[in-house]
Amino acid sequence: MGEEDRGEETPTLAEDLRRLEEIVRRLESNDGDLDQALALFEEGIARLRSARARLSGAEVRVRKVVADARGSLRMDDLDGEQ
Amino acid sequence: MNYQFEITVSSSVSTDTPWTVTQVARMAKRYIEAGLGMIWIRGEIAEIKIYQSGHWYFTLKDAECQIRGMMWKSDAQRFGAPPAVGAQVFVFAKPTIYEERGDFRLHATEMLVTDRQGLEHLELQKVKAALEKDGLFDASRKRALPQWPTCIAVITSLDGAALRDIITVARKRWRSLEIRVIGAKVQGAEAESEMVRALKMVNRVEGVSLCIVARGGGGKEDLAVFNSEKVCRALAQVKVPTISAVGHETDVSFTDFVADCRAPTPSAAIEMAVPDSAELIDRVNHLAVRLANAVGQGTRVAVERLERSGDRLHTAITTLLERRHRQVDRLGAQLDALSPLKVLERGFALPRAEDGRVLRRAAEFTPALSFRLRVVDGEVPARVEEN
Repeated sequence: MGEEDRGEETPTLAEDLRRLEEIVRRLESNDGDLDQALALFEEGIARLRSARARLSGAEVRVRKVVADARGSLRMDDLDGEQ
Repeated sequence: MNYQFEITVSSSVSTDTPWTVTQVARMAKRYIEAGLGMIWIRGEIAEIKIYQSGHWYFTLKDAECQIRGMMWKSDAQRFGAPPAVGAQVFVFAKPTIYEERGDFRLHATEMLVTDRQGLEHLELQKVKAALEKDGLFDASRKRALPQWPTCIAVITSLDGAALRDIITVARKRWRSLEIRVIGAKVQGAEAESEMVRALKMVNRVEGVSLCIVARGGGGKEDLAVFNSEKVCRALAQVKVPTISAVGHETDVSFTDFVADCRAPTPSAAIEMAVPDSAELIDRVNHLAVRLANAVGQGTRVAVERLERSGDRLHTAITTLLERRHRQVDRLGAQLDALSPLKVLERGFALPRAEDGRVLRRAAEFTPALSFRLRVVDGEVPARVEEN
């Protein structure tokens, strides 16, 4: 199953890591000129920052799904949770 | 002979209209067969004999009564070895009368040896067979779990240990996560309907990419809802991939077979569902090191390439210059060969008028004309004689 098929996952983190791997591979293979290598490096740095921010910044959110009398769904905070 | 309802009870109280033995036996047989039909009977094997013919003859008993029964070879051979005396069994049989002997007996077609939870076990076998028949256990149904889910649904008791475990593990592993909890009783009379309702609800919650059905450990009876046919069928209808995490590691439920994945515990389910951020951070750090090394290497290669280019340019220019030099030398030699001085060396002389003009024709040598002869090493004054 390809990453494209994985639906609801964080697309940007997945994309950041996929692109980072690609950038590193290309730089390691030494094809391309110096200007291109530096441009790839700069993009790689940006992707690294983005991935790190995504991995360290968030907090798990827990919500309770409740159906009202008409069957409509709403989200409530879970007792004892933020 | 049609005597079934012609003979009334009142008619039998008189010696004028007695019943025959056959009539009584046949009437009793009809009443019993019509009244009871095929039924499941639970009892203990008090005695069992296998005849040469292959038919089984047995006696079934409980604390107060006993009934004899038989099973034809064609049915008996489906069950392999007969149950031992003392075994608790379920017998699917038609209670009837064996007219020739007037014996009340069971004509059995199925016999299941049961354990302590015989009835439940029997029921489970039926549910399992039905789910299997409809393909709910098929491996081809299994879907892959999302790699990095951002929002998952958890169906479990709101006050159970399973939910606490899931939240705790999620916080340690994958913080970019929203958990949608759908509360449902997981044991007791209302558990089945609540579970089915919750499973249907999952399909209406937006953004959910995975569903965990969870329950902490319990006795076998406590986990019964996870073997419910209705619950299993509702689970199979969930549109996103599912994980069944019921009880402790040793417990297995039908939901484990219907779900896309089985986790031994609720904690294991969330570990299966989400990646470990720490591992991903390691991966990112590793990529950072490789990136730095790769760009260093790339720069070095580019500089080397530039140097190599410079060398080649130098070589190219040197070669070109040498070629030009050789060309000039060659042209010089050619020019040299064409020089008039080379002709004079061979003994020729070049006459020129006083004004420097070369005298080429005899007519130009008029009498008494003074001119100069250019020889190889100088000039000689000369004069045309007057005749």
